[in-house]
Amino acid sequence: MDKIQLGEFIKSLDSDLEIKEGKQFTEVTVMPSKLHSLASQLKEKEETLFDFLDCITGVDYGHDLGVIYHLRSTKYEHMVVLKTRTADRDFPEFDSVSDIWEAADLYEREAFDLLGIRFTDHPDLRRLFLDDSWGFPLRKDYVDNNIITW
Amino acid sequence: MEEMRKDITTDEQQEYTINIGPQHPSTHGVMRLVVSLNGETVKNVEPHLGYIHRGIEKISESLTYPQIIHLTDRMDYLSAHINNEAVCLAVEKALEIDVPDRVKVIRTLMAELTRIQSHELFWASYGMDLGGQTCYFYGLRDREMVLDIFEETTGGRMIVSYNCPGGVMHDLHPNFRKRVKEFLKHFRKVLPEYDDILTNNVIFRQRTKGIGQLTLKDAVSYGVTGPSGRASGFSCDVRKHEPYSAYDRVKFNEILFSEGDAYHRYLARMEEMRESMNIIDQLIDNIPEGPYAVKMKPVIKLPEGEYYQRVETPRGELGVFIISDGNKTPYRVHFRTPNFANLSVLNHLVKGFKIADLISIFGSLDFVIPDIDR
Amino acid sequence: MAIKGMKYEEFGDNESLELLRQSGTNVLLTTIDDVINWGRKNSLWPLTFATSCCGIEMMQTGAPKHDFARFGMEVYRASPRQADVIVVAGTIVKKMAPVLKRLYDQMSEPKYVVAMGACTITGGPFALHSYSVVKGVEQIIPVDVYVPGCPPRPQALLYGMLQLQRLIETQTIESRKKRNVSHSY
Repeated sequence: MDKIQLGEFIKSLDSDLEIKEGKQFTEVTVMPSKLHSLASQLKEKEETLFDFLDCITGVDYGHDLGVIYHLRSTKYEHMVVLKTRTADRDFPEFDSVSDIWEAADLYEREAFDLLGIRFTDHPDLRRLFLDDSWGFPLRKDYVDNNIITW
Repeated sequence: MEEMRKDITTDEQQEYTINIGPQHPSTHGVMRLVVSLNGETVKNVEPHLGYIHRGIEKISESLTYPQIIHLTDRMDYLSAHINNEAVCLAVEKALEIDVPDRVKVIRTLMAELTRIQSHELFWASYGMDLGGQTCYFYGLRDREMVLDIFEETTGGRMIVSYNCPGGVMHDLHPNFRKRVKEFLKHFRKVLPEYDDILTNNVIFRQRTKGIGQLTLKDAVSYGVTGPSGRASGFSCDVRKHEPYSAYDRVKFNEILFSEGDAYHRYLARMEEMRESMNIIDQLIDNIPEGPYAVKMKPVIKLPEGEYYQRVETPRGELGVFIISDGNKTPYRVHFRTPNFANLSVLNHLVKGFKIADLISIFGSLDFVIPDIDR
Repeated sequence: MAIKGMKYEEFGDNESLELLRQSGTNVLLTTIDDVINWGRKNSLWPLTFATSCCGIEMMQTGAPKHDFARFGMEVYRASPRQADVIVVAGTIVKKMAPVLKRLYDQMSEPKYVVAMGACTITGGPFALHSYSVVKGVEQIIPVDVYVPGCPPRPQALLYGMLQLQRLIETQTIESRKKRNVSHSY
């Protein structure tokens, strides 16, 4: 399916979604509460079959914290971008998709480590690269006096 | 006598944990594996990362786009040209620049030479991990020829920083064609020796056949790409599915097997070396004339938006994701590195095998640890 | 074959050696010192320690083209208790720093440290804007020889190891005792 047909099909799954035609891919913005059900529908439906998770990126938008999923289908070779965000900076929480794609396990641990985003129902949510007393470096308000700049 | 030995039973489960620590000859970098064993059988492997986490993604938020290229070199240092190419392609896609033909062919030639030298190092270190010290000497001796070719043109042996947005830094050396042809002639003669030492060796086959089998469904679900995924039948070669640079004008085969054990992951890399040599053969005699770079503005600013570019490194699929807000430094850069995805399958593969098989499986997945930690 | 920039005749000499001989130390001690130093410098066994890109260049230095073993570094020992010199190759990060210190403490005297690559001298390309890189390995362990480069060529690493050999040649029993004291921090 090309970008426009894909956008229309996904809109038919749930009318609350925001679909945007980006320069490269179809971008779907979803509410955090509906993330898991949309993700499993995208994997299981015959028309889309998104069975390969390319990457999960955590982003700090300034006021919000968000997560971006790049999904690809090995059969039809189309890609879609799934976005979600929350305004809660103290306890941001999204549903984990590690039961849908096993690759999400390590990606979500990395997002938790560097940005502090929690994922419910994750099998083992621990910090990955840094230790427990470190802050969350990739946030825009991270302050560290040891960093040397020009 | 019977009372004294009552508490020692042979069928009691004795589980203990050992640590294959950060400094170890065969972990290919600094990674800590905490292995739970039952006798000599592995029950669980837990990797601990972060011993080379330099924070490249955070540093990139304060650097301009040409400066980020110099950091990507050091992420997966055995595929330096290809990492640089990924960032350059992302920037060129965002600015909608078309690079000249000469640049595309040069980039493809350098990428294939990089692939050959990376697989040579894999062969050398895999043989050494399994105990055959000869492989180290043979593999690294032949790798020197490729490094000499790189050094003549770019100035650096392993860390090159040759690609830049819009083209390459400077033109090819006049000796490039002659040296590449000499290397191909020498390497084609030497490759059957490699097969004699490892591929047809009965000890090697017993240590790798049937060990660590990865099914196709698991490869897709865990996100394993590259030769490790293709040995299980997962057709994931970015050069075929989404061609970039000059890959749409060369003919080559995608190496696919279906067994998915360590032996076939090794074999996939050996066959890929031969395919790379075929690609170089097709391109080396017809490098088009023309400029080697497009004139770019001194300060590169990407328009607002998100850009994602995929390339095929010797270890799998590398993705570069740039979120730009219109300034000269990016807002967020994320690297989808192949080794990070390949690592998630390690625990699944080693359950039930012995410790010596753990080293064999670990070597066959071909990790480069700084790529995982970034 | 001469190392570029230094004549072959000058390589075997060393000013401090000459000064020592002229200042008239005990003849017996200087001969013992010479023999011990000759044995030590010609069989330095390095530890297998490599964190990132410089490790590959260290492996290439051991490969057939620029062979390490002709200068005495015949085998790489995996255990720090059996090694003489630790060539710190690669960036050191705050999580790795205690591990490196523990490895250095486990080595037995006399031990030497070669800092290879720009990352170990000052933090290298990652010094600015990074939150987790240690800016120079001398903040953790004392260093004898610095080999600059990113990564240094195999010939540069060999030059560094040969400088280390010259350093060992100039040591006497008194200066070794002083060195142990000066490295407590």
